[in-house]
Amino acid sequence: MPPAAPRSGDAIFASVERVNAELFTLTYGAIVRQLLTDLEEVEEVNKQLDQMGYNIGIRLIDEFLAKSNVSRCVDFKETAEVIAKVGFKMFLGVTASVTNWDADGTCCSIVLDDNPLVDFVELPDTCQGLYYCNILSGVIRGALEMVSMKTEVTWIRDMLRGDDAYELQVKLLNQVPEEYPYKDDE
Amino acid sequence: MTTTACFIIVSRNDIPIYEAEVGSAAKREDAAQLHQFILHAALDIVQDLAWTTSAMFLKAIDRFNDLVVSVYVTAGHTRFMLLHDSRNDDGIKSFFQEVHELYIKILLNPLYLPGSRITSSHFDTKVRALARKYL
Repeated sequence: MPPAAPRSGDAIFASVERVNAELFTLTYGAIVRQLLTDLEEVEEVNKQLDQMGYNIGIRLIDEFLAKSNVSRCVDFKETAEVIAKVGFKMFLGVTASVTNWDADGTCCSIVLDDNPLVDFVELPDTCQGLYYCNILSGVIRGALEMVSMKTEVTWIRDMLRGDDAYELQVKLLNQVPEEYPYKDDE
Repeated sequence: MTTTACFIIVSRNDIPIYEAEVGSAAKREDAAQLHQFILHAALDIVQDLAWTTSAMFLKAIDRFNDLVVSVYVTAGHTRFMLLHDSRNDDGIKSFFQEVHELYIKILLNPLYLPGSRITSSHFDTKVRALARKYL
């Protein structure tokens, strides 16, 4: 039986179960506020959000691959495109774009014009160093690590700090070859 | 025509969380304090009156010389109080309703603690623009 063709982000988004956007935004806001109350240090909260995102990403990649039927990506460029067009659309309902490729194709920027996590949010003066959407960088890092790509994801532009869009820089550090969990000679 | 107007938002714990002089007259230091004093004195009246009616907009509830105090109470018992000398009831009602919308957006910010001071400059700019439009 021929393998199913990869489905577009819109098609999958229409077919999965969805949750109310305000509920999602307010729940994420409550998580961030609780972290700020518990940890008090903005840097700690950033790290914790990234760790939470990592835990989500390592599990999310399986659902993504199951629902979207994408074939194996040929190179990192295609990976980034798939994340931006299919991944973000499927899980957040927004389409991102990929820009700023560097010379050897290992580093790019994913730009989000619209981000449902930050509706109504304004950073107060006490939380100026906070990366409010840091969970997204953890998700991307975790997901790519499960498909054997070690990456580093950082925020370049953040609308809560006054820029005009959200820009994530994804840098491929190395590709880890797949390891079998058992020894050949046993 | 210059108008004097002082706008205060008081939380349910009777703590002022936002204040602004929004009139188009020149602002005098002693006048600002007098306005705030009048508004605070009117709080007792608001307390009693708020429970007698289910409407949010309580019209003019107190007078001082030629200045009138109008109040709008929200569902969470947050009071928007306006001290003014004009008689434009409809304009004031629309002003209160629009400020209520802005206030709801502030409340939806997860990083805002309800009952604390509103420090957002965005909110401040919008309130002043609305005051120029309706008052």
